[in-house]
Amino acid sequence: MTAPRRATPRSVPAYAAPTLPMLVRVQMALRLFMIQSAWNYELLLGNGVGFCIEPALRMLPGGKGGVAYREALARESQYFNAHPYLAAVAVGALARAELEGAQPARIERFRTALCGPLGSVGDRLVWAGWLPFCSLLALAAYGLGAGPVTVLLLFLGLYNVGHVALRAWGLSVGWRNGMRVAGSLATPWLREGPAHLARAAAMLAGVALPLALGRALGPGRAILGGVVVIVAVMGALAARLPAWLQGWRLALGVLAIWIAYSLATYTVAR
Amino acid sequence: MKPELPLALLTLLGAVLGLDAVSFPQAMLSRPIVAATLGGAVVGDAFSGLLAGATLELVALETLPVGASRYPEWGSASVVAGGLIGSYGQASAGALSVTLFAAIATGWIGGWTMVQLRGTNATMARRLRPAINAGSPSAVVGLQFAGLFADFVRGAALTLLALLAFNPLMRAALGVWGANPRYSRAVAVAVVASVASGAVWKLFRGTAGARWYLLAGLALGLLAMALA
Repeated sequence: MTAPRRATPRSVPAYAAPTLPMLVRVQMALRLFMIQSAWNYELLLGNGVGFCIEPALRMLPGGKGGVAYREALARESQYFNAHPYLAAVAVGALARAELEGAQPARIERFRTALCGPLGSVGDRLVWAGWLPFCSLLALAAYGLGAGPVTVLLLFLGLYNVGHVALRAWGLSVGWRNGMRVAGSLATPWLREGPAHLARAAAMLAGVALPLALGRALGPGRAILGGVVVIVAVMGALAARLPAWLQGWRLALGVLAIWIAYSLATYTVAR
Repeated sequence: MKPELPLALLTLLGAVLGLDAVSFPQAMLSRPIVAATLGGAVVGDAFSGLLAGATLELVALETLPVGASRYPEWGSASVVAGGLIGSYGQASAGALSVTLFAAIATGWIGGWTMVQLRGTNATMARRLRPAINAGSPSAVVGLQFAGLFADFVRGAALTLLALLAFNPLMRAALGVWGANPRYSRAVAVAVVASVASGAVWKLFRGTAGARWYLLAGLALGLLAMALA
């Protein structure tokens, strides 16, 4: 049996404009939280995209297990790479393209074209912007004396408002625009947002680091001035570290030396 | 000192928060400031957990979980940190130094286990490739859940082994700690704050105008610190 979409080349949808039932939309939205569960060096996010689109594909002619369903699921489970939150845009857009019966070759080209923008925009917006911003805000709250519950609620609440909203927006805008979704990625807040966030986070970093340092020192506050000078000098050096020597490696090494010194001090004192 | 840790609870927490790093749901429950605080709460001292979490968060600022890059897995490592410092108390001389060392080392090993997990997932994906290419829903869904389960087991094993290794080491180290308690904490905090300063500079220097915002914030922060 040949699926109808493969029979004739066309640029217009083969099937009537679909609607996405709320239950299917919820299933897809929930699955998006698991999109990276099988992340691997072979398919990257690919299987996750297929997994998230699968509930929508059951609406294809022939239903679950039909030829159209199996072809579409196979196509959507191939190699794919994007930021995990913005992959929602791809999931929505690809689900619509499949349900509209777009040509397989067009879908595959579209799928490939989505990888780059959804990866770079998401990395700049979330990993290099929103996450450090929320993290620094939590550190500032800690530095100002907030307790565990306040710090956790502030960080998790704020971060996840942005996180969940981004996934929901992505699925919605992807589904609404289908293969014309590229225009939505040029929206001002996605284009300019990362730079604004970075500037806000930079200012917050300036506030949060001294405050967090002051509180974390605890009984060592008496030597606060000296610690600040040491941090300024060592921080400037850390900023010039080669990429392979990440800060955590340096911290691990210095702490190991410090622990060894302290144990040696005890031994000598005895 | 309370040398006995609630291993089962901490292991379960480490497994769940380890999952959050990549597999499910990436809600940043795995960030140190959250995971270590929860680890501390499990052993009855959320405030010490928060101290470990905040200091580890300073180290984690430079970690951007971008795609295939290799980075420390902070979720399980921070649970270990919270459990350790919560058990011994932040007032013990050297507790913060040893806790941070244990957590960063665990995070490092955790990063390695993530690479192994991705390799294992790739092996499973290769094996299931014919079924996936045939559009089998059970292969696609099965691979997702297999990856999720494997990550859960990875996080649990990492947390348990780290606690079993570092708890006696911490007990032994704190028993013979020779350095001044005030300086001990200051050294640990200075190290992580230096790493954070470098990370912040690297993170934001590429954005136009960000360095001026950083300087303005720093002036405010230093003033607030002096007044605190």
